[in-house]
Amino acid sequence: MRYSLSSIIRNAATGHKHWPKVWRNPEPKKSYDVIIVGGGGHGLATAHYLARNHGVTNVAVLEKGYLGNGNIGRNTTIVRSNYLCPENSQFYEHSLKLWEGLSQDLNYNVMLSQRGALNVFHTPAQRDAAIRRGNAFSLNGIDSVLVSREDVKKLAPLVDCSPNARFPVLGGLLQPRGGSVRHDAVVWGFARAADMRGVDVIQNCEVTGFRIEKGQVRGVETSRGAISARKVGIVVAGRSTLVAQMAGLKLPIESHVLQCFVTEPVKPVLDTVVMFAAAHFSIVQSDKGGLVFNGDLDGYNSYAQRGNMSVVSGVAECAASLMPRLSRLRLLRHWGGINDMTPDGSPFITKTPVKGLFFNGGWCYGGFKGTPASGWTFAHLIANDEPHPFASGFTLSRFETGNVINENGAGPQPGKH
Amino acid sequence: MQIPCPWCGLRPLDEFAYGGDATKKRPTGKRQADTSAWVDYVYIHDNPAGRHREYWQHVGGCRSWIVITRDTTNHAISKAELAPPDSRGGRR
Amino acid sequence: MSGQSNRLPSGGLIDRTRVISFTFDGRTYSGHPGDTLASALIASGIHLVGRSFKYHRPRGIYSSGSEEPSALVTLGEGGRTEPNIPATMVEIFDGLVARSQNRWPSLSFDLMAVNSLLKPFFPAGFYYKTFMWPRSFWYRLYEPAIRRAAGLGTVAELPDPDSYEHAHAHCDVLIVGAGPAGLMAAQAAARAGARVVLADERAVAGGHLAGESIEIDGRQCADWAQDLYAELSELENVRLLPRTSVFGRYDGLTFGAIERVSDHIGADTPNLPRQRRWTIQAKQLICAAGAIERPLVFEGNDRPGVMLARAARNYLNQYGALPGRNVVVAANNDDAYLTARDFVDAGADVTVIDGRPQEIVTGSALLADGVDVRFEQCIAQARGKMHVSSVRLASVDGTGESEIGLPCDLVCVSGGWNPTIHLLSHCGGRPRWNERIASFTMGKLENDVQAVGGAAGTFDLQKSLHEGVAAGVSAAKACGAKPSRTVTAPSVDKLPSYGVQALWRALDSVSKSGAAFVDFQNDVTVADLEVAEREGFGHSEHAKRYTTLGMATDQGKLANVNAIGILSELLGTPIAETGTTTYRPLYTPAALGTLAGQRQGHEFRATRHSAMHAWHEKNGAVFTDAGLWLRPYYYPREGEDFAAAVKREVLNVRSAVGMVDVSTLGKIELKGPDAGTFLDRLYINSFSKMKVGRARYGVMLREDGMVFDDGTVTRLAEDHYFVTVTTANASPVMQHMEFCHQVHWPELDVQFCSVSEAWAAMAVAGPKARDTLERIVQGIDLSNEAFPLQSVANAKIGDAFVRVFRISFSGELAYELYTPANCGLGVWEAIMEAGAQDGISAYGTEAMTVMRTEKGHVAGPELDGRTTADDLSLGRMMSERKDYIGRWLAARSGLVGEGRIQLVGIKPVNVGDRFRMGAHLVNAPGAIGPDVSHGHVTTSVYSPACDHFIGLALLKNGRNRIGERIFVASPLHQEIVEVEVTHPVFVDERGERMRG
Repeated sequence: MRYSLSSIIRNAATGHKHWPKVWRNPEPKKSYDVIIVGGGGHGLATAHYLARNHGVTNVAVLEKGYLGNGNIGRNTTIVRSNYLCPENSQFYEHSLKLWEGLSQDLNYNVMLSQRGALNVFHTPAQRDAAIRRGNAFSLNGIDSVLVSREDVKKLAPLVDCSPNARFPVLGGLLQPRGGSVRHDAVVWGFARAADMRGVDVIQNCEVTGFRIEKGQVRGVETSRGAISARKVGIVVAGRSTLVAQMAGLKLPIESHVLQCFVTEPVKPVLDTVVMFAAAHFSIVQSDKGGLVFNGDLDGYNSYAQRGNMSVVSGVAECAASLMPRLSRLRLLRHWGGINDMTPDGSPFITKTPVKGLFFNGGWCYGGFKGTPASGWTFAHLIANDEPHPFASGFTLSRFETGNVINENGAGPQPGKH
Repeated sequence: MQIPCPWCGLRPLDEFAYGGDATKKRPTGKRQADTSAWVDYVYIHDNPAGRHREYWQHVGGCRSWIVITRDTTNHAISKAELAPPDSRGGRR
Repeated sequence: MSGQSNRLPSGGLIDRTRVISFTFDGRTYSGHPGDTLASALIASGIHLVGRSFKYHRPRGIYSSGSEEPSALVTLGEGGRTEPNIPATMVEIFDGLVARSQNRWPSLSFDLMAVNSLLKPFFPAGFYYKTFMWPRSFWYRLYEPAIRRAAGLGTVAELPDPDSYEHAHAHCDVLIVGAGPAGLMAAQAAARAGARVVLADERAVAGGHLAGESIEIDGRQCADWAQDLYAELSELENVRLLPRTSVFGRYDGLTFGAIERVSDHIGADTPNLPRQRRWTIQAKQLICAAGAIERPLVFEGNDRPGVMLARAARNYLNQYGALPGRNVVVAANNDDAYLTARDFVDAGADVTVIDGRPQEIVTGSALLADGVDVRFEQCIAQARGKMHVSSVRLASVDGTGESEIGLPCDLVCVSGGWNPTIHLLSHCGGRPRWNERIASFTMGKLENDVQAVGGAAGTFDLQKSLHEGVAAGVSAAKACGAKPSRTVTAPSVDKLPSYGVQALWRALDSVSKSGAAFVDFQNDVTVADLEVAEREGFGHSEHAKRYTTLGMATDQGKLANVNAIGILSELLGTPIAETGTTTYRPLYTPAALGTLAGQRQGHEFRATRHSAMHAWHEKNGAVFTDAGLWLRPYYYPREGEDFAAAVKREVLNVRSAVGMVDVSTLGKIELKGPDAGTFLDRLYINSFSKMKVGRARYGVMLREDGMVFDDGTVTRLAEDHYFVTVTTANASPVMQHMEFCHQVHWPELDVQFCSVSEAWAAMAVAGPKARDTLERIVQGIDLSNEAFPLQSVANAKIGDAFVRVFRISFSGELAYELYTPANCGLGVWEAIMEAGAQDGISAYGTEAMTVMRTEKGHVAGPELDGRTTADDLSLGRMMSERKDYIGRWLAARSGLVGEGRIQLVGIKPVNVGDRFRMGAHLVNAPGAIGPDVSHGHVTTSVYSPACDHFIGLALLKNGRNRIGERIFVASPLHQEIVEVEVTHPVFVDERGERMRG
């Protein structure tokens, strides 16, 4: 059922007793043209765009648990496209453009809220680095505005802009189109849209192995039997290493835990997304009123989806110091997501040495905001056996050549990005 | 989390810095090693869900680099030792 | 002031000799020490306390603990404004100010309640289906409206004036919960000699015993608990932490806790923090956190006057406050009969509605004959607008006639009990469905973790006490204690068994499931769960996300298990298969300021000062942050702005002499026969062959071949080197060296040590630098012949030891002097005095930047982690004769070929033009696209020597483009300037000045 004003009124009048299932619950078929391993945001987006852009609808999305139980539901919901490296900036800008039309495209309101994304800087050196980045964005056609301390005060009155702050604010770099999205709605919207185009979205179906013959993928083994396909895409960020290992691939990825935090809901107090150069700390207020933030990685390999207390106190120090009015606001909950961290901080959307087997992962901090473009370009790669121009740099071979896409300049330790 | 430093005993996580996969051997030899051995050493790291051998440095203590064996699914540490040499250098 | 109309004449743990007055929504009320805000309001006859999140429904006090979903208030004023605090956890004090939330204009008349009229349009997930047409209305109209409706309370308008601290505790046994089982466990473990920490979130020990009328060892249970607590407080090996919520468990039995130190005092307490964050490291955990009572789900179950059954008797027994006189007790277990009995004893009219068949009920034996008890019945609906006035009953199976209108002013509900297992599942343990108690308990626990009492699903007081003793003894033994004195549990009244029979919701065809609340605060109803299930969101995790159930400030403490029960009915699957509930920290919310402890405001991060900081301050330096350091940026004189001051400082160095504080450099001292070999392997250039007494510039790479750091390497003796590293990399380089030595090359006989803080350092530069220093430096001949560029020697200035290096960053004749930090200020002042006649002046980091740019020396902006040595024109330093870190990967095709960015200089074609750092290099103005930028300006300064702007830039194929004209664009500033690409050295290309 398409959602429209009339369907809403009709259903309200009948006590909402007639809304259909948002997606079918099909049994897996024996064979598909394409199998997508992973029913998270990126996998479902890939299926949607395979069907929508390439007419490939004989597709199964296989999800081990329930849809969206991975990182798509464990992030701070921020979207923006202000990336320095040209490979990243064109990709994330494409993503942001897709976000901007996504609710209409999916006929599902993902609640995009473009209230701006502000990077606050504190020192002349940080200002100069921000100018470099801002100019790079502008030259790539991405909206970007340098703002003064006074502007920061107006945009985010919570931020301590006084000269007495430990790290006084000097100014900021604003992407006005940045903002946030209701993350769960992204999963459900993509799943529903893919399902409506005929894609089989299959939950509780764990892939346990890959069938590979003479270097060509033939299908997958699952907890619900073997399913064949000549094209298989792995999109399981957070568990990339483990799934790829079943196909004999070793990836330049480490799994790290990134904690997210939410406070009790309060009346609107912070309109923009704010990121600080003084510390690895970003914050946004959700539509429900909770302030959502994150800080550094815990810093060690982990699959545990939870972190330790030093990061908890670390983010609290940032919040209470950079926005002192938040001191008595109470932290409600924190949780961890498993980030695929790569040696240069940039992702993979790539073929693999196995013919017909494609890999998407290594999203570091960019996974949520990259969801639509990831699906768009991965679908292109799978459908055409050719990388999409916006993702052609995201190869596994870039470390052999040295053509890394190093967004922040850190060394090859994945946890440092 | 607490980490058992072989010199200092059980100390809190905050005193340590992480150094990553400790299963790799640094390529050695006086010839130019082939690039892929170096790429493998620098970029391809062990990343198991389970027991992981990894470097940590007790930066807030004795400054030793140690190798611990830790389960990445529950963070339980089963072994800690001083970092052994990763190559057979010998005096040259 | 309103009177305490509902206060009983006697009883309770309150001090009736003192009266406390406080305000709620501007009206003054009174209570007694020992009261919470909730108990004092109940005693004053106040029931309406808050409004719900979505529909703004009137809400009252629902519980008596931290699980309270409804009675949330804002405390305090100004910077002390504290939103969303449960009234049940606030101890009153004279002058307490509390306000209700999420209502306008007032609590009793809330216009936002209009939302509830639109309820038919607002089922679960309605956002996702709506607000899309027309597209622009979303961001212009709908979204702003949704945002405005967000939130409950409001954050403070001012910074928080109070202080916080962080404390650590180490113990053998941490016991969470000072109820009956926790107290016994503490006594047993402590008497066995273990070091015990006993934490409880409430002010009064005893857990629910504080609010019961039960006898233990023949005495009132509250007195028994108080006495035992007092006994524990006398023991040296016990630390009692009342008012302390253990909010989270982290790896390895590390716990976070928040202690409310002075919140309850109210008066100014300058010597106390408001709250204290504890990090508790334990060897054994005993979770004795009790259990939380479950609501019953029926239409109108959120009306003020509907309250959890044990909370009601808690108000009665602990506070002597009577929440109602005409009482309906509705339950599916026997514990609620204690509530019925206590209210009967207090003189109330009581009717009991029990969902179970009479034959399994044991609790009714507590009641005197004549009390109306109805079996196999449940409440279908509670009525009354601002306060419950009657209930309608129905049979539990949904058949049969319902009874209309049983008048009442208090409905006590008990849907069973959920063990408080939150802490036990924070580290990954999965709760399991336990049919016996119709709730979730933990499966197998780790060896060092035990659960006792309610937290273990034991709802028998006598058994809980025994479990506490056993757990305390075994935990103490596990820590090596040898119990000498045995502890035995006291005996208690015979109480009815628990006998719960799950009752997830009233099945009544007449009731509206749209007003039967499962999550009170977030207004999630049975109808919402029905919609979720219908649309395919029946998985408990999907249902939670789709309806926002369990996401309110009480984190689903009351809602989650009922929701799973209802979903299992809707889906037709057994509960064990429907889902479980996972708990994440924090158990109860904690203020950000408290979590930050003392590390906030100015103490957010340490501030590092050099040894000469006082001089800089006295001489008017403007400081800049460099990591944690404060460094002099420039020293403006009367009437000078930034540009003027920097220009003067530069000109003074170039024409006379200046001095800059470089103490922030990282410094590492190396000794041993293999020190030179070690350095050869770390740096791209060689030091093992360098002569003693010499210094040389060095560059090191990361393993991936990118430049890591640069600095000076000095050989002080055959086996003794001293290296400097950049301020930012002081500690990473040290860690890197330690890794290389301990892991890669332990066979090298070398020791090294960071001495960054031990030495103060300053550079004296300018044509008169030698003149100045010759006046005071003793022990070396500074003449060019005896002490040429790159020389090093030890000397003295006054009594201070100094190491003098003849090296130059500015390009002038220059010396760096290192002296023990405690001599830094004296040496600095001595040089200033000695140089006065040469016109010496201090210069800051900006003048240093100007001069290094004029000389084409690279620094932080060029060493950004993405550049190779060759990019920076340092490729010729890369030795071909040795192995060093990063050598082989630096040779990869992508790092050496065509198209690399390379260091160049730039100068404006029109000499008056200026350009800025961070601008990009483009071939033509105006273009946009991925290939438009050919690089960027890393450094740009006004050069007094050239009398125009100059810059360093990283330009694609830059070295082949010297002499070309291109453009520098800063679209952020709408600036575009034509520049010429030059060699990156603007002053004294042949280096004669520094050699002079």
